[in-house]
Amino acid sequence: MSSNKQILFEPVVDNNPIALQVLGICSALAVTTQLSTSFVMCLAVIFVLALSNLSVSLIRNHMPTNIRIIVQMTIIASLVILVDQVLKAYAYEISKQLSVFVGLIITNCIVLGRAEAFASNNKPWPSILDGVGHGIGYSAILLIVAFLRELFGSGKLFGIEVMPLVTEGGWYVPNGLMLLAPSAFFLIGLIIWAIRAWKPAQVEKREYQIRVVHRTEAI
Amino acid sequence: MPDENARKGWFSSLPNDSVAKTLVVAIGLCLVCSIVVSTTAVALKPMQLRNAMVARQVQILRVAGLMEEGGDVDVLFEQVERRVVDLDAGRFAEGMDADTYDQRKAAKDPSLSDAVPPDQDVAGIQRRARYAPVYLIRDGSAIETIIVPIHGYGLWSTMYGFLALEGDARTVSGLTFYEDGETPGLGGEINNPRWQSRWVGRQVFDDEGEPRLRAIRGTPVPGSPGAIHQVDGISGATLTVNGVNNAIQYWFGDDGFGPFLAWLQEQGETV
Repeated sequence: MSSNKQILFEPVVDNNPIALQVLGICSALAVTTQLSTSFVMCLAVIFVLALSNLSVSLIRNHMPTNIRIIVQMTIIASLVILVDQVLKAYAYEISKQLSVFVGLIITNCIVLGRAEAFASNNKPWPSILDGVGHGIGYSAILLIVAFLRELFGSGKLFGIEVMPLVTEGGWYVPNGLMLLAPSAFFLIGLIIWAIRAWKPAQVEKREYQIRVVHRTEAI
Repeated sequence: MPDENARKGWFSSLPNDSVAKTLVVAIGLCLVCSIVVSTTAVALKPMQLRNAMVARQVQILRVAGLMEEGGDVDVLFEQVERRVVDLDAGRFAEGMDADTYDQRKAAKDPSLSDAVPPDQDVAGIQRRARYAPVYLIRDGSAIETIIVPIHGYGLWSTMYGFLALEGDARTVSGLTFYEDGETPGLGGEINNPRWQSRWVGRQVFDDEGEPRLRAIRGTPVPGSPGAIHQVDGISGATLTVNGVNNAIQYWFGDDGFGPFLAWLQEQGETV
């Protein structure tokens, strides 16, 4: 049981897909200008991750090795189309704002990464937990970034005015950078820094180190 | 998704990397996935179409200034008179139902549309349907607002929108787009209400009845002869704005609503 718990919660901070594995950055830049779109995106990713892990895990013992990536991609793509169709039917406005980015969940490395690294070697239940856990880890970063971007970029949270803008007769001069994609890079960088300062174990070893070489050693 | 685990026997005994198993897994997976995908697509289609229709009605109401937040779109849309125009004749087409007429589908149907010769196709629409819907809002019997659909090619995509005219069939009372694939933040700024509001009060036609309305580079000089037809463009979105200009040029020209609007002007406001 404790190992199931670990599978579910480890990806939230200790093995976060964005902060530690640095995957799924593309959508983290694209959809985080507003909390509402990020929230829907998070739900979509959690759903796709959980079900793709489940499906891959179910057929793991019959997976022909040479077509396994294609098999996984087909499963993921079908699930993403499913999500996209459902959003278009039940959340039309948000699906218009998310436009292509729901479709791009197919190319989100987290989904294929978990299918290949975890679900293809583990039983269905732990695979679902792993998918949900990684979805939550992804969502946590996305929502933090979206919170900061919407608050400082347009003075709102979930579309509700928090800081009245100067252009609308208030006092807050919005930070235009927050509405542009690069600001998400800065924010994610700061989050990674904060997490690694808190948990130094996540700091990677240097790939090389410059050191003084004595002449005799070099020869 | 269902799995292949259920079937035991010859299937399980096959080595995973054999050609037979590879084919069985690939075909089985494709079948399952295609059934799932096509079922959802077919089952959800009516709701998606309804959503798209409501979104279009909301745009019509918004450009006419009739949209109320939280109002029932179906009820509000009852105020709008839907008619179909025969673009070649420049008159209302009788006996056609504007609610069921689909201009986009008709543009693909050779019996309902004509190919636009490349030298006249300023808006890049390729085919033009012979009939087009118009939306009228009346105050008593007098026409208060005329809303015409326009579309044209921008930088990446065909942009679909509505232009609303006052009862005189010359003065713009609103412009909006309900579908486009332009770059968010640049060409996508055609959806910015502040930019759209700059069109209000401009004149579409000059004294000869030629469409002159367009967005230009820089602010129109007040008092200059063309200023009444001009709007400040969007910096960084020249090609998209050119597309908007071309769409207006086409749809208010002789091949578009030009003859119909000229007829409407002659008739006065009580057609």
